[in-house]
Amino acid sequence: MSYHMLEVRELNFDYPDGYEAIKNISFTIRRGESVGIIGANGAGKSTLLMLLMGVLFPKNGQVLVDEVAVSKKTLPMIRQQMGMVFQDPDDQLFMTTVYDDVAFGPRNYLLSEQEVNQRVTKALELVGISHLKDRAPFRLSGGEKRAAAIASVLSMEPDILIMDEPTSALDPKSRRRLISLLNSFEHTKIITSHDLDTIVETCSRTIVIKAGEIVAEGKTVEILTNEELLDHCGLEMPLSLQNCSICGSEKDFFTEKTKYSTTNTYGIQTIERDCRVSLVEN
Amino acid sequence: MSNIKSSLYNLRVLDDLARKETSIHLVHPLTKLLTTVVFLTVVLSFGRYEIVGLLPFFFYPIVIITVAEIPLGPILKRVLLAMPFIIGIGIFNPVFDQQTMSAFGLIFSKGWVTFLSILIKSCVCVGASLLLIATTGMDSLAAALRMLKVPKIFVLQLLLTYRYIYVLIEEISHMMLAYSLRAPRQRGIHPRVWGSFVGQLILRTFDRAQRIYDSMALRNFNGEYHTGKIDKNCWKDMVYLFGWCLFFIIARTNNLPMLIGSFITKVVN
Repeated sequence: MSYHMLEVRELNFDYPDGYEAIKNISFTIRRGESVGIIGANGAGKSTLLMLLMGVLFPKNGQVLVDEVAVSKKTLPMIRQQMGMVFQDPDDQLFMTTVYDDVAFGPRNYLLSEQEVNQRVTKALELVGISHLKDRAPFRLSGGEKRAAAIASVLSMEPDILIMDEPTSALDPKSRRRLISLLNSFEHTKIITSHDLDTIVETCSRTIVIKAGEIVAEGKTVEILTNEELLDHCGLEMPLSLQNCSICGSEKDFFTEKTKYSTTNTYGIQTIERDCRVSLVEN
Repeated sequence: MSNIKSSLYNLRVLDDLARKETSIHLVHPLTKLLTTVVFLTVVLSFGRYEIVGLLPFFFYPIVIITVAEIPLGPILKRVLLAMPFIIGIGIFNPVFDQQTMSAFGLIFSKGWVTFLSILIKSCVCVGASLLLIATTGMDSLAAALRMLKVPKIFVLQLLLTYRYIYVLIEEISHMMLAYSLRAPRQRGIHPRVWGSFVGQLILRTFDRAQRIYDSMALRNFNGEYHTGKIDKNCWKDMVYLFGWCLFFIIARTNNLPMLIGSFITKVVN
């Protein structure tokens, strides 16, 4: 078993129209690590995910999963190890019931129906939607659809979980539930998102991409508090890391000690807020 | 706009009905498929002037609807959808075939008789096929076709076309909503934009279909559509198949309405 779960070596990719979407990208992800990939629209995040999953193949460079290069030959094995949750769950849920959708992957690996059933039950329990197994996916709410899409990937028991904008179009409660769910997984995780607060709460390391190139890589809290870097890449500091919008008090991110506002500016007891930020550390 | 959305929901009615667990739903898909094929073959084997002989064949859909607890409305609605095609096929019969025939002491136009025969045959055949889907489900039906060694490319084509209808309608509803919100005083879509509307629709559905295919491929889909384990045929399935086949043969070889009529007359006398 290698120390590096995923290794990307000098990856380059051009679209047929000549647009250079990925330029010389290299990084490694350790087993069990949670990595955020952020960047403005069109930075190349989704293309990078497609290259990792072997939906697209690079012009040059290599993607290694557990020291096995992603190629047409190794795809079935690679795709069992890596599960990807799409940005729009409607693209992922196409069967007539949630159960059949979650069972789709295991059945394609020709597992016995008993094992398929075990895996589906486990995956549905893990995301907390066992009660929806016989429902038609199109009748679910946004949060339920997202959970079903995650279950459809978990049922394949992947080592690496790749998620494209997992919190997009979710209401605050569903978003919070999803973040707790993601934090409860022990998988190696790669998450792309514009919701940088989600990245703060779920990823220990962050890679910033701009115009197909990596411009920064490091601890999430260091990257996401670098205003200059974020501004340069068309991003903004996440709200949870910004100074308190009410009292203006600053946060001391690196020691996890937080300065509290003791005086309530507005004189209303309920407005006084706890400015603590839960930081994900290695 | 709401019509498009509601038609999407209506389309899914058959899938919903297929999830019931009545005794008909629990019959093996292959058995139901074979029974339906036999039914269609027998119904279509009737001559163009035979109408009375066809009447007992309404018994089959009526029994299925009753036992499988299928609401009549959705099935009738779908049978009616096929009507324009059926009428289109048979409407010229009364014009071209103006000969007359006598039955029950009355004189009928042969053209009208053949038209009525086409109408009855089509209704029971379309109804029986819809009931097969409503009591079996598309996935199990596909599994039954694979058991009959139908090439997987055809089965896959059937299944994906069925899925694609939903993708197409969803895209239409999104586009129509966007259009109608910016064209409040228009009814429908202005002919001037039909071309670009249809073009956009095709491109959007291609994109969406590609994304769906990617999500399938990422879960190791390689052209074979696995629908899960289906139990083996048991004796009950055999009884179901042979019971119905026996009825179809009896109804085909005997004039059941006449026999029943004469039996009732005898009893009354």
